[in-house]
Amino acid sequence: MSSEQSRGYLPRDRAWHPPALAPDYKSSRLRSPRQPLLVLPTTLSEESGPVFGHDIIGPRDDDLIHNYAADGHSALGPRILVHGHLRDQSGRAVPNALIEVWQANAAGRYRHPNETYIAPLDPNFGGCGRCLTDADGYYRFLSIQPAPYPWPNGPNSWRPAHIHFSLFGEAFAQRLITQMYFEGDPLIPLCPIVNAIPREDAVDTLIARLDMDAALPMDMLAWRFDLTLRGRAQTYFENRPEGL
Amino acid sequence: MADDDTRHESPSQTAGPYVHIGCLPNWSGIAGVYAEDPGSRLINADTRGERVSVTGRIFDGDEAPVLDAVIELWQADAGGLYPSPVETRGVADPNFGGWGRVASAFDSGEFRIDTIRPGRVPYPDGRLQAPHINCWIVARGINVGLQTRIYFADESDANAEDPVLASIEPRARVDTLLAQPDAEGAFRFDIHLQGERETVFFDI
Repeated sequence: MSSEQSRGYLPRDRAWHPPALAPDYKSSRLRSPRQPLLVLPTTLSEESGPVFGHDIIGPRDDDLIHNYAADGHSALGPRILVHGHLRDQSGRAVPNALIEVWQANAAGRYRHPNETYIAPLDPNFGGCGRCLTDADGYYRFLSIQPAPYPWPNGPNSWRPAHIHFSLFGEAFAQRLITQMYFEGDPLIPLCPIVNAIPREDAVDTLIARLDMDAALPMDMLAWRFDLTLRGRAQTYFENRPEGL
Repeated sequence: MADDDTRHESPSQTAGPYVHIGCLPNWSGIAGVYAEDPGSRLINADTRGERVSVTGRIFDGDEAPVLDAVIELWQADAGGLYPSPVETRGVADPNFGGWGRVASAFDSGEFRIDTIRPGRVPYPDGRLQAPHINCWIVARGINVGLQTRIYFADESDANAEDPVLASIEPRARVDTLLAQPDAEGAFRFDIHLQGERETVFFDI
């Protein structure tokens, strides 16, 4: 059976994503729409999207170890390489896609005006970076391992170590923000934000795997984190022979 | 249709309270990493079209302004063309990128969009949609980015023909998507996440 990509995008599987209201994640209580979303097919407005060229990416944008550090200095913390493959739901690689990341430092502190945690700032760590996927949909960036931190949700709530990811595909319909967690972190199953995701196998897709094959000896460990964006709806032509 | 080969999308997670670090670092005080914040300028002096500004706030279920949201914008140029490779009807204005990003102010929650009035874009069946700005809202407490649209209240004829607005029930909720003229070229558009005036959000 052969198929043809149409311009329209597959509907989001809302049972796979976290619901708007996840009561154990307290901030969702007053910020979750209560009316049903109005479901419509994608139009040109959602099937188009911004294009980002290499011209916006600076030489150190993908190196959070150095992109905020003073000359000759680097951020504190375990040095890590994060890499992976960006595909859509049909398995097609998404090339030239902008990936933006942000994270806490190695003490669990964000560089942000509203941050109040007592852990120290690292003068050589800003916490933001970005890269484009290559022609085959692969990306990589360098950073330091972020630490877990406490947050005002329950009486003793801690976020597992994580890196925030903002992803652009080819269409505004594919726009996605998510978080990457680290394999083996015992805080993952305790986190109300993680647990807003209804299915354990869905959570599992957000856990990066230690990747010793990509680790740089005497330099940095590597973590592998693959991502999937919304795919186009397919139109199947049942009357065509296999393989054409 | 077989969907054996269809993978799941990566599940969404909230952008959190510090989304500005990654999306608008200069605005949040992180200078020197990016020359300018992505999406911070929608137009330049040569962009064609009528200048409009849209200001507003986002309110939570207690009617308190949201102080930590980021809104992304995507719109057609003044001629109704998207600056995108999938645009087949013509070439969009080279001085218009179509994409922008604004944040709610940390103190008041007010956001401000400086752009041009978009042209009309066809619906899949060929009917014309009314001028609109596509919005995607992320913040702490929002688990999946919220899709909505800003339409312009002074486009009553076009709005009456718009297939997306026509699909809204009850009809009174259409008003939640209409930016109201405030002054010459200035519009007001408040977003309500919950409550009697809850904004229409889409799953498109």
